Amino acid sequence: MNKMHALLTKIREINTRYRTPRIEMSSAVRGSLLVLRLYLIGLVLLMVYGFVLIVTKG
Amino acid sequence: MNFFARLYYWLRKAWKAVALYLVIAGPGLVVMVADNDAGGITTYAATGAKYGYHLIWFLLLLIPVAYYVQEMTVRLGAVTKRGHAEAIFDGFGAFWGWFSLLDLMIVDWLTLVTEFVGMTAALAIFGMPPWATVIAVIVLMMVIVLNGRYWTFEKLALLFCALNLVYIPGAFLVHPSMKAVLHDGLIPNFAGGFNGQLFFFLMANIGTTIAPWMLFFQQSAVVDKGMQEKDIPWGRFDTLLGSIITVVVAIFIVVVTGTVLPGVDITSAAQASQQLMGTNRWVGTFLAIGLFDAGLLGAICISLASSWAFGEIFGWAHSLNTKIREAPWFYATYLLMLATAGAIVLIPKAPLVLITLFVQVVAVTLLPAALVFLILLLNDEATMGERRNTLVQNLIGGGIVVSIIILSTLYGITVLFPGYFQ
Repeated sequence: MNKMHALLTKIREINTRYRTPRIEMSSAVRGSLLVLRLYLIGLVLLMVYGFVLIVTKG
Repeated sequence: MNFFARLYYWLRKAWKAVALYLVIAGPGLVVMVADNDAGGITTYAATGAKYGYHLIWFLLLLIPVAYYVQEMTVRLGAVTKRGHAEAIFDGFGAFWGWFSLLDLMIVDWLTLVTEFVGMTAALAIFGMPPWATVIAVIVLMMVIVLNGRYWTFEKLALLFCALNLVYIPGAFLVHPSMKAVLHDGLIPNFAGGFNGQLFFFLMANIGTTIAPWMLFFQQSAVVDKGMQEKDIPWGRFDTLLGSIITVVVAIFIVVVTGTVLPGVDITSAAQASQQLMGTNRWVGTFLAIGLFDAGLLGAICISLASSWAFGEIFGWAHSLNTKIREAPWFYATYLLMLATAGAIVLIPKAPLVLITLFVQVVAVTLLPAALVFLILLLNDEATMGERRNTLVQNLIGGGIVVSIIILSTLYGITVLFPGYFQ
């Protein structure tokens, strides 16, 4: 239990340490990250669809 | 006298350059040769068997692709003194950091399973039971890293890199027609026309050339080795030499299967080795030894990439220059990755084919993200200073990254929906 608590504390500490992105958020960077998000969402939906097809086809 | 004085001066200068390179050599060579892992060997063997020498020209195009991507990790590591995982956390915040770290862990672990599949299959050809291979590999890999010196690890890894060259004498043993290799291989052509199957093979070859773990491994290795900004030119040379060697080895594998197994459907490198044994015992043996070596080298680098990444983020001591008592979590992560991946291979009826396919799909989620972060970090003046990407580097690197993202995504879709491009 203590180890779990220590792990959670460590994760919170990491989240605090890296809360603010250090890279300058220019429009190019923002645009790239937005496209990356959309790409990943699309890819995950495609993967889920693919696995549903595999499961339903047995 | 003047001539001899000049010759002496020139030789001394050349020797100094070689000596300096031997000190800097390592991360680029190791990561590139390790890229020819068990999955890579299978892809090249299948490519040669399917298309003969006709795609050799395409493999040559992969030299600059591999070089330009990995060169960026050298600069980023030497300038920031941070591994790729830490650079992502620091540059883009905790959300993208956790995404990359957890995705890396999943991809690395799944890839490790495929390395163990390759290693057990390779030694099974010589009659070694899988359980013995798994135990021997884990012990060997722990011995390699537990000496507490990065230098020793690197030189041992370079020894395994040298063993990877076993495919070269193997190719000469099958007596390929040099005329056919040069004519069919070096003139760009698409044998049988450009169709879905050829497209799948092209994508598979690109997919094996750049893997997500390579970015993380080389950057962390550059940091652990202690490379400075002044070492960047040698780091670049190391990476270029590594990318040439990896493609040369791939070409020799293609030549072997293209000569001996034309038209055969290869599903694994072990199957290719067994079939080669029937034709030429030595060549089959070389392919099996090479497959084991490739899996071992890949497994070492992949486990280290994960251990370094976790150590950077969790703040554990994470250097190969530390003893086990100084960095217990670093070595525990390394061992845990190995032991669990090895154990999966020993489970009867484990879905190993599904895992092999799954790793290619999951890698597609991490590779584009890691490459985009790499390009953005290399363009951040506050991070890179005068070492940031120039316009030409951005055009070349950006073009390569966009191409890799598109092709690896299409490859992932093809794996997920077989026959989509047929």
